[in-house]
Amino acid sequence: MNYRITHRTTYAYSSQVAMSHHAARLRPRDTDTQRCLEFSLSFDPEPDLLTEHTDSFGNQVACFSVQKLHNHFEVISRSFVSLMPVLQPDPLQTPAWESVAAMFRDPVPVDLLDPCQFVFGSPLLLHEMPLRDFALPSFTKGRPVLAATADLCRRVHREFVFDPKATTISTPLHEVLEKKRGVCQDFAHLAIASLRAMGLPARYISGYLRTHPPAGKPRLQGVDASHAWASCFVPGFGWVDFDPTNNCFTSLDHITVATGRDFSDVSPVRGIITGGGRHSVDVGVDVEPVGA
Amino acid sequence: MSRLDGPDTRGHYDELRDASGKVRTHYEPLITDLQRRDSAGVKRLSDTARRLLAERGVTFNIYDDKGMDTPWHMDPVPFVISAREWEGIEKALIQRATLLNAILNDSYGPQQLIRDGSMPAALVLAQPAYLRPCHGIKLPNAKPLQVYGADLARSPDGQWWVISDRTQIPTGSGYALENRLITSRLLPEVFRDARVRRLAGFFRQMQQSLAALAPRPVEEPRVVLLTPGPYNETYFEQAYLARYLGYTLVEGEDLTVRDDRVFLKTLNGLEPVDVILRRVDDDFCDPLELRNDSMLGVPGLVRAVRAGNVSLGNALGSGLVEAPAMMAFLPGLCRKLLGSELLMPSVATWWCGQERPRGEVEKNLDRLVIKSAFRVRGREACFGNRLTGAERAALAERMRFAPDRWAAQEKISFSTAPMWEDGQLVHKPVSVRVYLVATKDGYMVMPGALTRVAATMDSPLVSMQKGGTSKDTWVLSEGPVENITLLSRTSAPVELRRTGHNLGSRVANHLYWLGRYAERAESSARLLRSTLLRCSPESGMSETPLLLPLLEALKRLTVLDDVPDAAALASQQEQLEARLLEAVFDADHPTSIRSCVSHIQRIGVLLRDRISVDTWRVISQLGDALDTYDNTPSITPMSDALNVLTRIILELASFHGLAKENMTRAQGWMFLDMGHRIERTVYICELLRAGLRSADAENPSLLEAILEVGDSTITYRNRYSLLPQIAAVYDLLMLDELNPRGLRFQFERIRQQFEHLPHEKNSALLTPAMRVFLENNTRLQLCDPTELARVEPGTWAQTQVAKLLTQLIEAMPVLNDALTAGYFAHSTISSSDASPAETLST
Repeated sequence: MNYRITHRTTYAYSSQVAMSHHAARLRPRDTDTQRCLEFSLSFDPEPDLLTEHTDSFGNQVACFSVQKLHNHFEVISRSFVSLMPVLQPDPLQTPAWESVAAMFRDPVPVDLLDPCQFVFGSPLLLHEMPLRDFALPSFTKGRPVLAATADLCRRVHREFVFDPKATTISTPLHEVLEKKRGVCQDFAHLAIASLRAMGLPARYISGYLRTHPPAGKPRLQGVDASHAWASCFVPGFGWVDFDPTNNCFTSLDHITVATGRDFSDVSPVRGIITGGGRHSVDVGVDVEPVGA
Repeated sequence: MSRLDGPDTRGHYDELRDASGKVRTHYEPLITDLQRRDSAGVKRLSDTARRLLAERGVTFNIYDDKGMDTPWHMDPVPFVISAREWEGIEKALIQRATLLNAILNDSYGPQQLIRDGSMPAALVLAQPAYLRPCHGIKLPNAKPLQVYGADLARSPDGQWWVISDRTQIPTGSGYALENRLITSRLLPEVFRDARVRRLAGFFRQMQQSLAALAPRPVEEPRVVLLTPGPYNETYFEQAYLARYLGYTLVEGEDLTVRDDRVFLKTLNGLEPVDVILRRVDDDFCDPLELRNDSMLGVPGLVRAVRAGNVSLGNALGSGLVEAPAMMAFLPGLCRKLLGSELLMPSVATWWCGQERPRGEVEKNLDRLVIKSAFRVRGREACFGNRLTGAERAALAERMRFAPDRWAAQEKISFSTAPMWEDGQLVHKPVSVRVYLVATKDGYMVMPGALTRVAATMDSPLVSMQKGGTSKDTWVLSEGPVENITLLSRTSAPVELRRTGHNLGSRVANHLYWLGRYAERAESSARLLRSTLLRCSPESGMSETPLLLPLLEALKRLTVLDDVPDAAALASQQEQLEARLLEAVFDADHPTSIRSCVSHIQRIGVLLRDRISVDTWRVISQLGDALDTYDNTPSITPMSDALNVLTRIILELASFHGLAKENMTRAQGWMFLDMGHRIERTVYICELLRAGLRSADAENPSLLEAILEVGDSTITYRNRYSLLPQIAAVYDLLMLDELNPRGLRFQFERIRQQFEHLPHEKNSALLTPAMRVFLENNTRLQLCDPTELARVEPGTWAQTQVAKLLTQLIEAMPVLNDALTAGYFAHSTISSSDASPAETLST
């Protein structure tokens, strides 16, 4: 499955901005089942400085600065990505969740150091005890880790209402837990924090989701969105991505861009401006299936 | 001296006496000196110390007490350490600094230590202090710790222990220096005879080490001290160190990153910065790559560091090794990394992330201090034996839920040293913070320390935040003491200079407003004083019409607020008095004298590193007159108010005098004077215009009042020896270039300052501020006050003179804005994340 993706972020400032710095994680990662074949960034106005580096999670980061007066700024990323079907282990054949949690207690074997960094609290997800109470019903004694995770995913999907008005980027998790409402980012955070509360590693994925037009209707441009989901670690297999918003394991519809501990590690475009008064941001995403 | 005869027998190590009760040799000179004084003599030392600290403005901010500028406490009896003992401490701490550096370099590099199991993975990966964006950054000299502080305490058996490591921002060396300046003045003879080692060499090394970090090959690299600002608990120290070390004190918004380089915003444009001595916590240093809710940092700083264009002391991420949990692993790490045993033990520490230590902690909770394994802001330690049963259960559950976040440490019974308290010397528990600075091939230890005294005998914590007191620390030398001052540095001839470094635009802004508020306070005080003098009941109703122009001026200047009708107010004696008192004393009234004074003091704090000690003294005493009134009001508030106003006028005169006599005529002075002149222009114009608008404009009593407010009575009498006459009064206050209270004089000064301000390079155009100024200066020069003598009474308000005054009043805010836009535009930063949640449709 191939996709051509356009991701546009436009800032409008109420007064002139003297300088803006941005850090963007927009380049889709290469994974076992995904290849980013083409990638380009375009800007308006052109930045005076553009550098790239890889962050400690392996994401490509582009840093750019506009060092002259400007009252708007736009960055567009265009990528061409090829996906192969994801092989899922049989959830019932995975190890009991307790044995997985035990592997991540000190001393942690050296080959588990990478997943180990996703077992602790992170900037947006402090290790919160109420999350354990939420997670517990899914983690019955001896249950295979992936089966328990699938159950958790199902419960988030069933018990929580998708409501873009209920939360903002800074709504803390316990509030989401009380309101039982939120968006994909909240649901991913909820699942991740629940897994970590059980002593299991879990990570945050930002990316895109292919939307299927209603039967008989043409695909509309720009209605797609950036999306977020979660990933749990299965020893002997690796990371398994799941989408609590849509209650599924990911496969050919989910395009991975960046992975981290929570949203703060993978924010697609982070910006700091000097001056400028109030600003507004507009984001448009288009995910176009290509070929087959 | 009869106190403290015997040794401390309560199970502490007694620093003063040995077990047999004999004074230890290294304390002898000091104790002999103190014994020569009677109790009153020692009390005098203590009082003098307090006075010197207050005069020098040594303060400390306590967070939860509204306490800006809490006075710093220092006990006059120094803590003394012998040369032999110090040698051991020195060696142990140099080893420890070397070890912590090696751990940092590994954690931000290959992470071999967590790979081979020398250290638990959580100690790096779970720590909030582990700054992932800084992983892999190569430091030019491989020394993330430029400055390191260690808190030491001595247990009953005489052994020294490290009780905490300070690697993020080791605070307090400035206070140690300040304590030293005081004790060397209090006890000059014994200080000299006892061979106390000097501190200056340490700070000179710090200057050299930081200069050596500069990435650019320049002769004199630019080093700045980055402060979180005046609300930080140790702001005094930051300003003090900046001044002592000769660094520019900057806040995040003074700096900017362009082309991955750091620059200081100055009036002359951007100046490159080579090295930053950091007093902002590292995670707050760059909102772009670190905490994005921080407004204290510099966006892009991590990139500049990554590109190798700027060096920081301490390096970003250095907080990692000050985690209490780290102490549990230092002995093994020391053997592994340095091949030697740890020379000074850390306080016994258990990290709960491991099963066996956690079990021991649960078993021995009673004799342990439980704390966060990692240093977390606002997280307090708790004492196991003080917990109730329910609290213990809750703690145990939290520890089991996230064991890697908890650590426990043994309580140490601190040694005691003599301290002066309530008229006698007593034993008090002490801990000592020792400082190290990186050198080319190792570390240098400051031969001295900040000794802190616990408030009570059984308080196991020593903290200035909790109202502890401090002591100077005397490290004795076996041989003669070397004399070093920071000023004569090298034998190379100094390059002569006539200007300082360029002024930061934020500092220029503060100086400008200091000038404006100082003049506002003075002019308001003069205007209020003349008004108060004329509104006593005895002066009778006949004075009322003459009072009116003064009230109008006060109203226009918003000194009297919310007065719809000045005439109505003038006729109600009681209400009038109440409003005038408010204008002096009311803290909630934004333009009262009291508010002006607090503005001046607030700005004074911000300029602490820029103004002289004497100037600071005057500024900090400004409010005293108001406080005296608060504490002991008399039954005649009006006369109290007159006294207060007169005192404030005199104190401001000494402020202006100090500024005039002590400041070099550089950019700083220009902005102070500019603010002063612009504010005075506003006051003169309002006063004169209110006079012309009055029906009694030519009444000699009114003209008398105007001359009095304008402080020009004597000049007038000298010249005219007549009753005041309208044209002559206006000439004196408007056009006389020689009258420092006149308008022409203010304009002439503003013109002079403008000539020296930096202008856009290669531009023949006038700046907007210059344009506004020239236009009005010309108008003023062309004005002819003799027309006042020729017009019909009652039509003064329609004269050219009155129109000019209105124009000038309107021009001043425009001039102010133009100056602000031209010189002070240091915009604040804000974050602009694009969140997926805002646009989601899935």
